[in-house]
Amino acid sequence: MTAVRAILFVPELALVLAMPPMLMSVIAKTKAWFGGRVGPPWLQPYYDLHKLIQKHAVYSKTTTWVFRAGPIVSLAALLTAATLIPVLSNESLMGFSGDVILLAYLLALGRMFTVLAAMDTGSSFEGMGASREVTFGAMSEPALFLAFVVMAVATKSLQLSEMIGPGLLLEWRIAGPAMILVAGALFVVLLTETCRVPVDDPATHLELTMIHEVMVLDHSGPEFAFITYGIALKFTLLGSILIHAAIPHSQEIGLFGSTLRIAELGVLAVLVGVVESATARLRLNRIPMFLAGATVLSAIAVVLVLMRRTG
Amino acid sequence: MLRSVMDSILILAALLNLAMLATSRMAACIRTFAVQSLLLALLPVAVGFSHDAAPGVHVFAIAAGTMGLKVLLIPWILLRVLRSGEIHREVEPFIGFTASVLLGALIIVASFAFADGMPLPSRAPTDLLVPVAVATLFNGLLILVSRAKAITQVLGYLVVENGVFVFGLLLLDQTPALVELGILLDLFVGVFIMGIVVYHIRREFDHMDTHLLDALRES
Repeated sequence: MTAVRAILFVPELALVLAMPPMLMSVIAKTKAWFGGRVGPPWLQPYYDLHKLIQKHAVYSKTTTWVFRAGPIVSLAALLTAATLIPVLSNESLMGFSGDVILLAYLLALGRMFTVLAAMDTGSSFEGMGASREVTFGAMSEPALFLAFVVMAVATKSLQLSEMIGPGLLLEWRIAGPAMILVAGALFVVLLTETCRVPVDDPATHLELTMIHEVMVLDHSGPEFAFITYGIALKFTLLGSILIHAAIPHSQEIGLFGSTLRIAELGVLAVLVGVVESATARLRLNRIPMFLAGATVLSAIAVVLVLMRRTG
Repeated sequence: MLRSVMDSILILAALLNLAMLATSRMAACIRTFAVQSLLLALLPVAVGFSHDAAPGVHVFAIAAGTMGLKVLLIPWILLRVLRSGEIHREVEPFIGFTASVLLGALIIVASFAFADGMPLPSRAPTDLLVPVAVATLFNGLLILVSRAKAITQVLGYLVVENGVFVFGLLLLDQTPALVELGILLDLFVGVFIMGIVVYHIRREFDHMDTHLLDALRES
């Protein structure tokens, strides 16, 4: 049974893994449109990845195996996470009760290795970026977990594919306001985790203001390709969680639903592009407040959902 | 349907409390208050329709009075004081912004717990009404005590009044419009006087930090 399911998942998984750079392209095109430019070609992220794969990596003499392991472990963690998250259909490849915890810590594991690799270079800039990344990561985690609590209470399940599955349709009907808050909190988490404006600016060229970009300055060649691809994959995965929570599809929608999901991911990418074009990045000392705001949104959603259960 | 509209309005109003605690610009703070009042002004109409199909005139009178006063006139007076006072336009909190927001959220969560055990004169039109009223009241109090400037204290007082207004919706059928409009008039006169007082504090002391006022002495 599981073998059959695994084979059936191959085309879907291939599509999921091929899609992330395209979404980055959608964001870039949206930003270019806002700036009145044509923007890079649609397939540019793929060309970039191809170019990087063909180069070979340069290592500084001060680095150890941790530096080399960083990008590989991060990408591996994300690929494992991809098997737990339903992207195009309502089901994921793997899944068991309690896999949300595994998912959260897979994301944390990836982040930890990126940070360790950055610290391994001994560059003060990278240490600074690492410190910021860890601070903001730790602050966005409660928002994510509280959002998971809401969905777990709503669907009475601890398996991610069920938590953000059709069971939420009912919750949207009886506790719509709470679900809107959850969607808002997840959007903030998405922006933080994938290093987009207003928390981080992926296009900045000043080391002092970077967060994610400064941590990966020393990586080159295929390893940098892993990092670039990894961040795009992270966007797709977290974006899928957000979309599945915000727009639950009922079970019988089938192939049409998958097409719809792709369109929704595209719309999400456009939305992120619009946010990036319309807002400036926050001053560094205002970011904790932004993240605390997201946590508060999920916390209130938890209260609302629990109130419906008891009252 | 009507219920989910009311719920959405109430939650948005509760979140605007937090937004007020979070903003560092006074003008933005005042505008946020105006938006909150606008949302709350819609509530009596919704509550009226949830009670019976054709609510009385006084429901609309209350909504219109609130809109005229708390959405247009009072914010306008406050913004005018802000401009003419030539004051530093940043809110100066005693408690940091992040800490205030977390405290505000704690207040909201606590009011949900608190509202459960409250004996009420009549059944609330939605479960969220009482918690949000209590939360707004105490968030207003928080703004009142945690901000240094006289004008933000006026704002905190107004937010407390918004909380009382939400609470008053419980008695929408029993209160005559005259009482409600009387409260609004009092509020208007209060803000008017406070505007003048704030202006004079600024003239006398060259700033409007109130915590310097407790060092009153003759000479």
